[in-house]
Amino acid sequence: MVDRKRIDEATGTSTVGHEWDGIEELDTPMPRWWLWTFYASIVWAAGYVVLYPAWPMLNSATQGVLGWSSRSDLEREMQAHAERRAPITNAIAATPLTDLPAKPELMQAAVQGGAAAFRVHCVQCHGAGGAGVKKLYPSLTDDDWLWGGDLASIEYTIAHGIRNPDHKATRVSQMPAFGRDGILDAAQIADVVSHVRVISGQEKPSAAAARGEALFQANCAVCHGATGAGDRTVGAPKLTDAVWLYGGDRDSLTATIVQPRNGVMPRWGHRLDPVTVKMLATYVYSLGGGEKVSAPTLAPISEGQGADGQP
Amino acid sequence: MASPDDLTGENAPLYAARKGVYPKRVDGPFRRFKWAIMGITLAIYYGTPWIRWDRGLYAPDQAVLVDLANRRFYMFQIEIWPHEFYYVAGLLIMAGIGLFLVTSAVGRAWCGYACPQTVWTDLFQHVDRLVDGDRNAQIRLANGPWTFEKISKRAIKYLIYLTIAFWTGGAWIMYFADAPTLTVEFWTGQAAPIAYATVAVLTATTFILGGFMREQVCIYMCPWPRIQTAMMDEKSLLVTYKDWRGEPRGSVKKAEAHPGAFGDCIDCNQCVAVCPTGIDIREGPQIGCITCALCIDACDGVMKQVGRPRGLIDYCTLDDAATEKAGGVGKPVMKTLLRPRTLIYFGIWSAIGAAMLFSLGQRTRLDLAVQHERSPLYVQLSDGHIRNNYTLKLRNMETRPRRVAVTVDGLKGAALWTEAGSRETAGQRVEIMLSPDSVTRLKLFIAAPGDGPARQDFTIATRGLDGDPRGDSDIIQFDRPEAGQ
Ligand code: SF4
Ligand code: SF4
Repeated sequence: MVDRKRIDEATGTSTVGHEWDGIEELDTPMPRWWLWTFYASIVWAAGYVVLYPAWPMLNSATQGVLGWSSRSDLEREMQAHAERRAPITNAIAATPLTDLPAKPELMQAAVQGGAAAFRVHCVQCHGAGGAGVKKLYPSLTDDDWLWGGDLASIEYTIAHGIRNPDHKATRVSQMPAFGRDGILDAAQIADVVSHVRVISGQEKPSAAAARGEALFQANCAVCHGATGAGDRTVGAPKLTDAVWLYGGDRDSLTATIVQPRNGVMPRWGHRLDPVTVKMLATYVYSLGGGEKVSAPTLAPISEGQGADGQP
Repeated sequence: MASPDDLTGENAPLYAARKGVYPKRVDGPFRRFKWAIMGITLAIYYGTPWIRWDRGLYAPDQAVLVDLANRRFYMFQIEIWPHEFYYVAGLLIMAGIGLFLVTSAVGRAWCGYACPQTVWTDLFQHVDRLVDGDRNAQIRLANGPWTFEKISKRAIKYLIYLTIAFWTGGAWIMYFADAPTLTVEFWTGQAAPIAYATVAVLTATTFILGGFMREQVCIYMCPWPRIQTAMMDEKSLLVTYKDWRGEPRGSVKKAEAHPGAFGDCIDCNQCVAVCPTGIDIREGPQIGCITCALCIDACDGVMKQVGRPRGLIDYCTLDDAATEKAGGVGKPVMKTLLRPRTLIYFGIWSAIGAAMLFSLGQRTRLDLAVQHERSPLYVQLSDGHIRNNYTLKLRNMETRPRRVAVTVDGLKGAALWTEAGSRETAGQRVEIMLSPDSVTRLKLFIAAPGDGPARQDFTIATRGLDGDPRGDSDIIQFDRPEAGQ
């Protein structure tokens, strides 16, 4: 290659000796300041290696004398965020829950805080967005509530849970296992199912349904009401509407009456701070089914009283 | 540089020190044109942030403002939102094509007159002449020992450099905040740290690039000369030494002694002396030439003195150079400027500009973006109806509060309400107050009868209720459970 080097006539500069289709490259000397910039970069790099984590070792990297780490950066940022949020959190804590909707900005902050907590604690059962899981966990987005859909009721349910055996204030009721325990026989259950499907507009009135109505009044009306409108004080669902947690077809209804589920929800009052519970309530309330009118205040239900829920 | 005898170049140095450039003061039409451009560009740069523009109560009154915190770009009566960034992209494309246009017509005119590196270098070279004197004095001083005079002159000069650099950096930040407020904050120590950091960085770069790097930036760092070289053709104007007229060179005396033996160049070296990049244009077109045309002024002055026609160094195309060399006459300047290539560039450039202006005039300042909530896709309601949830993003891009309606079309029996309302109060439409110049996020609930297709398209629309009924709409889906679910 060296032999192909020549001096370019126009510039007086040597070429490097390569040639591509007649195009040659000049061996123009680098400007000296470039060299100094290069040295400066080396000095900078040396300083950086000493100050910051740099060399990978077996288990971790060298720490650097400044002791900087992205983890402590994150901690600092989280701390700063908590401090920034503090005034809002305090304001939410100081505002009675039922007054929150009247303060849109505070309400919005509470809903957002609730959404964050929901994603951590609630989505496992109720699903992202509170849609619930068919035949397992109720949807929180509809307008059909088992225990009440106003803010106070929702908060109470979150704080005390449903059917927590070790907690006095928990929401509790128990639907008897009419089939399993032999309270009703298969034909009777079929008649009750017919009646339930008639009052929910899924079947035309029939002789079976008429027989079922008598059985319903004797066994079910105590909790579900004479018309099947349900009773929120005992978490007895409305049977006349289109929303069915465990299914409204014949098979599902039969299965429910034979062996009810009596679903359980953990209580959060002792695990989460009151502000978080409050924010969770506003979030659930905001999902679309929140009810403005508050339900009549409940007398605290003690364990064992769930037997009242019997037919 | 290696001597021409050294055919291998083995001994060529690896690194070359910068050669000092001490451009001589010169006067002439091109120099005066450069003065004017320098005055205009610097005035635009320093002055623009101080122009006020009344936008009413809810928007800043600075004519040109890049409001990063609130993500707005204001330029006189135009306000650009982040989602309209394509206008900025359009401007950049126009700037690019504009540079193509200028380059194909008049070569490196951008480099020679308007480039910030050129303008600031020119400014700093005036400072050099002001403090150190003209070319010869500067050279003497640079080569002389470090006397008290040299030290004090250097100190004064660098102080002026620093002042200019600082004002340059200081003016930059004014584009990003209310200029009068920021000035007060800056001097009372209340401005954001990023403001001080920006000024510090720009002061440093201006000081170094304008005070010391100068032509090195053009020759070694800037990509534009390389791109320009590709943009030019044999019909682009170039600063050209007309060697066919000038060579062989000879002093006036020699020419008098041997009439007819010498060309017009008297080898006075004035063109080299005035060149801000320190090159000799008589070696032919080269990357170091930014086509500032100062050598034209210098040579024209010399030609006038010795009583020869001007234009020994002049703007000239490669085509004309060939013609003139062969004894012909070059084309008039207008002809070289107006040719298909420049006209096509100009056509594209103005088409983009016109399209942008048109769409700016047409854009509605009320914008709707709808998102269908996916979890859950639909909600079974107690009475058999189905509810879908939507997130609405309403952009009120006007600087006044607005009352707007949101309506649906193509969904039978639909009732809508927002978080503020409830199903009991739901109706055919909802009315919303929008804050000026802001985005409002809304959760919209729509309930419709359960009997219908599992997935159905319909329209959500918004329009102003306050005199300007223009608005926006979005086609979106309504989902129902599949039959049997
Ligand atoms: S050669 Fe002439 S036109 Fe080119 S940079 Fe120097 S003075 Fe300017
Ligand atoms: S200024 Fe004109 S006459 Fe003087 S050396 Fe340059 S080209 Fe020749």
